[in-house]
Amino acid sequence: MFCKGHVITIIKMRIKKNIATSENGFIFNPATGDSFSANHLASVILAAMKNGDEVALIKHNILEQYEVSTEQLDRDWDDWMLQLKEANLLEA
Amino acid sequence: MLTIAVTGLNAHDNPGPGVAVIRSLRDAFANLTIIGLSYESLEPAIYMDGLVDKTYQIPYPTAGTSALSERLQHIHEQDKLDVIIPNFDSELFNFIKIAPWLASIGIKTFLPSHEQLASRDKVNLLQFGKKHGFMVPEHRQINNLNELQKAGEDLGYPLVVKGKYYEAYVTYTPDVAQKSFHQLSAKWGLPVIAQKFIKGAEINIAGLGDGEGNVISIVPMRKMYITDKGKAWAGITIEDNALIELATKFIKNTKWRGGFELEIMRDADDKLYIMEINPRFPAWIYLATGAGQNQPGTLVKMAIGEKVTPFIKYEVGKMFIRYSWDQLVDIADFQQFSAFGEIDRSKINA
Repeated sequence: MFCKGHVITIIKMRIKKNIATSENGFIFNPATGDSFSANHLASVILAAMKNGDEVALIKHNILEQYEVSTEQLDRDWDDWMLQLKEANLLEA
Repeated sequence: MLTIAVTGLNAHDNPGPGVAVIRSLRDAFANLTIIGLSYESLEPAIYMDGLVDKTYQIPYPTAGTSALSERLQHIHEQDKLDVIIPNFDSELFNFIKIAPWLASIGIKTFLPSHEQLASRDKVNLLQFGKKHGFMVPEHRQINNLNELQKAGEDLGYPLVVKGKYYEAYVTYTPDVAQKSFHQLSAKWGLPVIAQKFIKGAEINIAGLGDGEGNVISIVPMRKMYITDKGKAWAGITIEDNALIELATKFIKNTKWRGGFELEIMRDADDKLYIMEINPRFPAWIYLATGAGQNQPGTLVKMAIGEKVTPFIKYEVGKMFIRYSWDQLVDIADFQQFSAFGEIDRSKINA
């Protein structure tokens, strides 16, 4: 499903270790003091990312549970990554 | 039983640190008398229940050290003072000057030296940064409109126009910069400072040094809500080793003695600029106390000669949210303080 190029990308998509997340979707970055509210799906994905799950597995689980095409999911995923990057939540 | 005198009771929109310092002291010591030292009769903390036991009016810093000494001598005769914590930049020069005399009559302080005070002054900050290896935005001392115009051309807009002691405005046009210059020079005197604008996240660090280069306490705070005067109305403690290292370097290099606040701007490239160094506790110092590092209480312990252990941790994610409160005051209390320059509220606090 994913080529090698994707695997390299996966390694870069780690949530910073010190980011605190709660079950109700509250995200806190202790290094900057920023906080965010995430919806249910975003919370689940964040928890999976923090858990070290690979992107392929996370996407697979979303495709299993939601009526969404692979293409749409990829587009949304790219947007999600941008949001995480702008929020300074991803490891450099 | 300790009797501690504290200034900075002006808990208004540009608040002095007095209330936060007193709250911290009350947390640190069970048996405590707080003597408020006030410049004006409308400083809110004079009338706040459970905070200040007795308040005395003291002369403005411009009256000089003789007037201050005379007044403190009188206060000391009434209520034997153990420690004084001055909380205004503008009064520190005088308090440092009379510190040996205060010590001779049994009143302890824990203050920086005149050299330390001058080195971090706004007008010397750029030089200070170069000497100690800190990033400081370029600035100019402004004494007239021609110099302001030149600074605008050199540093560009937006331009930060700052008062000698307090207040700063981010100005986007020469007209607004001129207006700010007139306002600030009329209020705080010359020179006014024009500083290059740095865009970024505003972070403050409250710290305490022992005067020998050792760190006693460092707590960084990110401003979450900022008033039009640039004051933090809400903030949160954060965890960032770069900030701790910066404050540690400041304490080690300057051998800072007492409380201080570093005002930091972190730009998009994570560069940390020192915007200002305040030579006393900030108005938000109770956040540091709530996060586990009671700096005012520890300063008092050092002032009276107790050995203290440096703090090594604090609670990250502790927040403060300031609020305003319409305090009802009996005209008799206001009259008492206005007419006699003294008010005893210890019975109310008991």
